[in-house]
Amino acid sequence: MKDWLTVAMPKGRIFTEAAEMLRMAGFELPPEFDDSRKLIIDVPEECFRFILAKPMDVPTYVEYGVADLGIAGKDVMLEEERDVYELLDLQISACYLAVAGLPHTQMNDVAPKIATKYPNVAAAYFREQGEQVEIIKLNGSIELAPLIGLADRIVDIVSTGRTLKENGLIEYEDIVNITSRLIVNPVSYRMKDARISDVVERLTEVIEQEKVVK
Amino acid sequence: MSRLFMFEKPLGMRDTLPNLYMMKEEVRVTMANEMKRWGYQFIETPTLEYYETVGTASAILDTQLFKLLDHEGHTLVLRPDMTAPIARVAASKLLKEKLPQRLAYSANVFRAQQREGGRPAEFEQIGVECIGDPTVSADGECLGLISSALMKTGLEQFQISVGHIAFVRSFFQEILGTDERVEQLMRFLYEKNYVGYRVHVDQLSLSSIDKQRLKQFLKLRGGPEVIKEAEGLLECNAGVEALNELKTLWGIIADYQQDALIKLDLTLVSHMSYYTGIVYEVYAGNVGFPIGSGGRYDLLLEKFGKAKSATGFAIRLDHLLESLDKPFEQPPLSCIVFSLERRKEAFMLAEQQRLEGKKVVLQDINGVEDIDACSALYEDITYLVGKQKEGSR
Repeated sequence: MKDWLTVAMPKGRIFTEAAEMLRMAGFELPPEFDDSRKLIIDVPEECFRFILAKPMDVPTYVEYGVADLGIAGKDVMLEEERDVYELLDLQISACYLAVAGLPHTQMNDVAPKIATKYPNVAAAYFREQGEQVEIIKLNGSIELAPLIGLADRIVDIVSTGRTLKENGLIEYEDIVNITSRLIVNPVSYRMKDARISDVVERLTEVIEQEKVVK
Repeated sequence: MSRLFMFEKPLGMRDTLPNLYMMKEEVRVTMANEMKRWGYQFIETPTLEYYETVGTASAILDTQLFKLLDHEGHTLVLRPDMTAPIARVAASKLLKEKLPQRLAYSANVFRAQQREGGRPAEFEQIGVECIGDPTVSADGECLGLISSALMKTGLEQFQISVGHIAFVRSFFQEILGTDERVEQLMRFLYEKNYVGYRVHVDQLSLSSIDKQRLKQFLKLRGGPEVIKEAEGLLECNAGVEALNELKTLWGIIADYQQDALIKLDLTLVSHMSYYTGIVYEVYAGNVGFPIGSGGRYDLLLEKFGKAKSATGFAIRLDHLLESLDKPFEQPPLSCIVFSLERRKEAFMLAEQQRLEGKKVVLQDINGVEDIDACSALYEDITYLVGKQKEGSR
């Protein structure tokens, strides 16, 4: 009997690319997969169960072992520092984390304030730069913070840079490049070794092909 | 600080209620009996230890220690594991004879609260330490004992992954040259970041052959064939000794007839500096975390003044219970409800039933508010109430 694999998929931006990639790797996913409102989708033909989670939560499901595999952005991995295997760089949903703010401004000398969805990453980055900053955690529309005087700078994901531009912000520094990763629970990695290796191999092939095309 | 509600406990602390207690005890006794059958002797050590001695020697990260001060200003820790305290006892007391010591424990250990649920700050570990025996036979014995004890608890699906830290170190050392670079690369394994590992290897100034060897290393997982594959990656003698140990170990496990439960995984780096040789982790189905781990730690005893090799393992009772997933069967409980007139008769009946091995509750009828609820609780219930002799129902 084949082991079932539970895969935590990130809803939203990464989802479409991740689903397409799985199809390219030869996994038969039902057509309703893409626009279903269900949170759990079983694919018995492939012995797969997909759970649709908020991107920030994917590593949590995988760490606790309720999902064997997951697809998570490197930004989330850096922020959450979960105890999971990061097996493959899927090379999808490329973007980067950057420091941005209003043009021609200096950070406050005494207590520079940084607004971000990624408090850990932001704090670590500025510490490495030799600067102590105060972090303000926001959950979205981070660009607002410097516009209305909540923070001197923001640390956020940039993919095209359009949102920054339209709000009159500029990038000050790049922090790190981000792509999506295939992550695995350490126990599943051993107990469901054969199935997981199969997924890894098939995805690796797709990644290699994509490289050639590019 | 908000006012505490009376039901609140410090973060990460849990109560053990009767049902769970009984299940836990059953598993603990089964494991302990098996350890005793293998000649391991149980000991207890204090809950509090000095930070300077046990606290710093322990494999547990500093940030995970519960610390407090004694009246002389010494920092104390709640023991974060049992290996360091046992090393302290062994080095200072037990190792007088030149014989290997086989010690066992089952005790609660403490890890300062992490950020969220599912990670108790206090949990029970049951394990053994074999101190003063440097042979692979001692490591093999530990693996044999784990499998045998776990099988006795009724655990059906589990697997032990075995690696070798000295192999990783010497293989990396041979290619990379400096300790610093070895540490860097090992950290990727410790953090389970294979993507980062590959990127890091690509950025190193090495020949493409060496880069390929380092990447192939990540594939060294599986059955005994892995040892051959690992030999294929070696270019000189570095690492050969460790692989020979693994070969011997595999032979031992096969002799214990437990090779089906064991896989090799040379990428396993479960701690950055603590372990020195063979290491392993134990996994079971339906629990997302390892249920146990162990390995050889030849440098620990030195910190307590005796350079002796040692090896051992610990199983986490909470994770093991979770993976057993057995429906709990309440052992049958009898009850004798009595009134004052027939108290003595009730006591004698209870004593007689207890001698027969039954578990018997004696309950004064005046202490029960709801007789129906009371009788629903017990397997059988006897009423010795009122003056007449017939009261049983």
